[in-house]
Amino acid sequence: MRFGVLQFPGSCDDRDAAHACGLVGEAVLLWHGDRDLKGADAIVIPGGFSYGDYLRAGAIARFSPVMESVIEFANDGGLVLGICNGFQVLTEAGLLPGALLPNVGLRFVCRQVDLEVVDGATAFTNLCADGEILSIPAKHQTGRYYAPDLDPDLVVLRYATGHCFNGSQDDIAGVRNARGNVFGLMPHPEHAVDPLTGSVDGLRIFESMAAHVGAAHVAL
Amino acid sequence: MSLSEAVALGLTEGEYGLIVERLGREPNQVELAMFSLMWSEHCAYKHSKKLLRTLPVEGPRLVLGPGENAGAVDVGEGWAVAFKVESHNHPSAVEPFQGAATGVGGILRDVFAIGARPIAVLDSLRFGEPTSERSRYLLDHAVAGIGHYGNSIGVANVGGEVYFEGPYEQNCLVNAMCVGLVRRERLIRSAAAGVGNRLVLFGASTGRDGIGGASVLASAELGDADADKRPTVQIGDPFEEKKLLECSLELLDRGLLVALQDLGAAGLTSSSSEMASKGEVGVEIDVRRVPLREPGMEPFEIMVSESQERMLCVCEPEQVDAVLEVCARWDVGGAVIGEIIAEREMRILDGGEVVGRIPVEALVDDCPLYDLEPAPPAQPLYPAPPATLEAGLDVRETLLALLASPNLSSRRPLFEQYDCLVGSRTVRRPEQADAAVLAMPTGGAIAIAIDGNGRRVAADPYRGAIEAVLECASNLACAGGEPLGLTNCLNFGNPEKPHIAWQLTEAVRGLADACRALDVPVVGGNVSLYNEGGEGPIYPTPVVGMVGELPDPLHAGRSGFALEGDAIAIAGPFRPSLAGSELAKLRGEPLPDGLPEIDVEAVRDAQRAIRDFVRAGRLSSAHDVAEGGLLVAVAEACLAGGLGATLELGDADEAQLFGEGPGGFVVSGSEAALRELGERVELRVIGRVDPGDLDVTVGGEELEITLDALRHAHGALAELFA
Amino acid sequence: MPRVQVLIRPKAGILDPQGKAVERALPALGFAGVRNVHVGRLIELDVDDVSQVEAMCERLLANTLIEDYEIQP
Repeated sequence: MRFGVLQFPGSCDDRDAAHACGLVGEAVLLWHGDRDLKGADAIVIPGGFSYGDYLRAGAIARFSPVMESVIEFANDGGLVLGICNGFQVLTEAGLLPGALLPNVGLRFVCRQVDLEVVDGATAFTNLCADGEILSIPAKHQTGRYYAPDLDPDLVVLRYATGHCFNGSQDDIAGVRNARGNVFGLMPHPEHAVDPLTGSVDGLRIFESMAAHVGAAHVAL
Repeated sequence: MSLSEAVALGLTEGEYGLIVERLGREPNQVELAMFSLMWSEHCAYKHSKKLLRTLPVEGPRLVLGPGENAGAVDVGEGWAVAFKVESHNHPSAVEPFQGAATGVGGILRDVFAIGARPIAVLDSLRFGEPTSERSRYLLDHAVAGIGHYGNSIGVANVGGEVYFEGPYEQNCLVNAMCVGLVRRERLIRSAAAGVGNRLVLFGASTGRDGIGGASVLASAELGDADADKRPTVQIGDPFEEKKLLECSLELLDRGLLVALQDLGAAGLTSSSSEMASKGEVGVEIDVRRVPLREPGMEPFEIMVSESQERMLCVCEPEQVDAVLEVCARWDVGGAVIGEIIAEREMRILDGGEVVGRIPVEALVDDCPLYDLEPAPPAQPLYPAPPATLEAGLDVRETLLALLASPNLSSRRPLFEQYDCLVGSRTVRRPEQADAAVLAMPTGGAIAIAIDGNGRRVAADPYRGAIEAVLECASNLACAGGEPLGLTNCLNFGNPEKPHIAWQLTEAVRGLADACRALDVPVVGGNVSLYNEGGEGPIYPTPVVGMVGELPDPLHAGRSGFALEGDAIAIAGPFRPSLAGSELAKLRGEPLPDGLPEIDVEAVRDAQRAIRDFVRAGRLSSAHDVAEGGLLVAVAEACLAGGLGATLELGDADEAQLFGEGPGGFVVSGSEAALRELGERVELRVIGRVDPGDLDVTVGGEELEITLDALRHAHGALAELFA
Repeated sequence: MPRVQVLIRPKAGILDPQGKAVERALPALGFAGVRNVHVGRLIELDVDDVSQVEAMCERLLANTLIEDYEIQP
């Protein structure tokens, strides 16, 4: 299972994402200027401040050469995971509905939060059960999810009651696209993969992706 | 140029005379500007260098000592940890967001200038009382600025401290520490070498930021006219610095550089002259080749600009193309601006014309160093703090009042504004242990803490400074860390005043004695003087940052109680006293004249014992007793662990409950483990960990304090951030 | 070369906490009678072809899901 982790100028958690992916399969870093996805089975767009969050978070990154390939890859059904800034890039690119706005409290917040799995049947959560609680850190300033007329079936993760600090509508933490191959979330599963540094609940998301890709290969 | 211009730029008459003598003529505009910065207090350490030479700088694990951009210690298997602390006090008082942000930017550059990848920052902040709207404003914006810069560049902020005291009202303190990781063979020094080698300036373009910052802001007392100093505050761009960081590390990885230096105070002047001085060579710089952000900049402006996010390197002529190619790939501007010359002079050109010429030694080494003339103050320097506590409170009310006080309440609303996770190394996050713990590629870990002291140093500069060092080492010990090195920032008032000179001299003496007793070398640091305004000087405030090692991160210590039924003990040579304590402060008592004697060796031995037991996994928790004394420390351990406790304190008096002093540790573990610990240090079992409340029996009375009440009091600071 | 200003405003109906924060802060400084504060962005540019600015707004300068834009002059 090969994960391709994008690197933009300003990406911060790219190496962390690559490390997490490396626990499950092989991780390769994909430079923003290169269209080559290097045979990745799944793409991970990591957290950070791509292009300094200039103009709007993710607004500039979405136009990079590598994103052209990622958009094509997603349109062909390839798995794409967007974490935090990655989620922002995906909404700006139109691969996911909605937009991310400044936190209602206007401040950056870094905090371990409980997430409720709303849909345990997606390519990214198939190893989780509906209703299961995952403990995963969130750290962002622009994470208030807004999506008028959102199809409720697209909600994958919600902040548990009392855990949403950014004011997202319906406490939404992560959504997928209609086809189910693109998923974005504001919390950072790559920072929940090692008991030494916190919980390991985040690993399940990468493992689910590998399981999904593996099953698809078997089915061929 | 003439004497009057020199004086306007901050030089003394005597200094100007020396300059004329060394040059053999009067300096021109470019030369005077360069001297005014290089000979400022901030750059030349005129009043402190002699004193700093008394600090111990040797140690078996030392890899890079004072004198380079940052110091470094060996952590095994070919890895070294670089670290340093620096101040950005005056700019933060003028524009707190950018002042604090660029303070972080500057210390990050110091660390990657020696080839280390920054992996952590910590910050030490001091403001006036939070009743002051201005102090709340400064705190809010400084924290936002530190968060903005550190989060954007992707370096975890893993610890720090904030204190509120009246004397900082007009002169806030913003000290930032950075820790980096590097392979020993990749460490690079800044000495320029190789006549004919090229000087390449890379990073952001040069504008008018901070023109005169070093001389204007850092070396003078702040007065009413300071709103006019606003244009000289530097604006930071963390995105630019992120690119610069990656570019610099790649240049080093590829072995393309001979030397590297970051541009900080005094910009191109200080970086190029210091490189030349260390390398015993000269440099020729053509300002016309410097990429500019503003049109029509004068040569002197280009030489002293403090535009952020710039680095200077030396490379062989054949490597220039490769260097510029790496810069281009990272979207970082780069330009050859000069070269190394054999004559030991700074030769500044504007196109073909020589516009400045100074012997390197004159600029870097010949600045006069002044002897301090210390004399203890004839009368108290500081007013008694305002009383905020009513009289006649019982033990329960006193404990809750202390927990809710600005200096003791939880800093969670602050540290949650910082990313403490990026890098995937953070084993202990803020409020999980007394020190931050970061995993190392060796499989081991490092512990990091930053601790300063103002009020107690004001009461007793010598013993107060020793306490600051011991406090930091005790925090490391509770996490399981053994100190490897220390960096310090000395924040003081005007050293030309004898009573301030006395504070500085005594504090450095205490710092030196404590470091020697603990066998910890000073790897580098910073001095910030002239922190005083119309209302008087700040408390003398040495801030100490330490890095320690622990072999097994799985056994990193925790500060919170963990197991019901564990015994709780107070361990160590703890001799608490109310003199100079937080309780005394809240009661509005004036500063005591002197602090009790300290048995430094006994404290050191206690630290070693605690450290050993934490590493062996024999203790469930270990927490240093600091502000607020024993009962506050127990309450903090209850809150950190989410567990209550039952304490039997006999007829302990107020000093024993809330008094302060070094060498006290609240530990929990099995009775057997505590008994064994008691064979190595003084130890008294005072209770056990229980679910439910904090129940204290003292003076024949039983008090029940719910965890909710403790939590509510401890959360008082959140109101400032509503 | 004409200089164009693009004003970008948060769309009506979306919570604007920055606007609210400013609205709350002003009375504390002694300014009464202030309502309906919204915080947006100004982008200024010299352009050869002014007719392209609208497309720039649609594609990059504004996120039309959450922002309105106004081109001046």
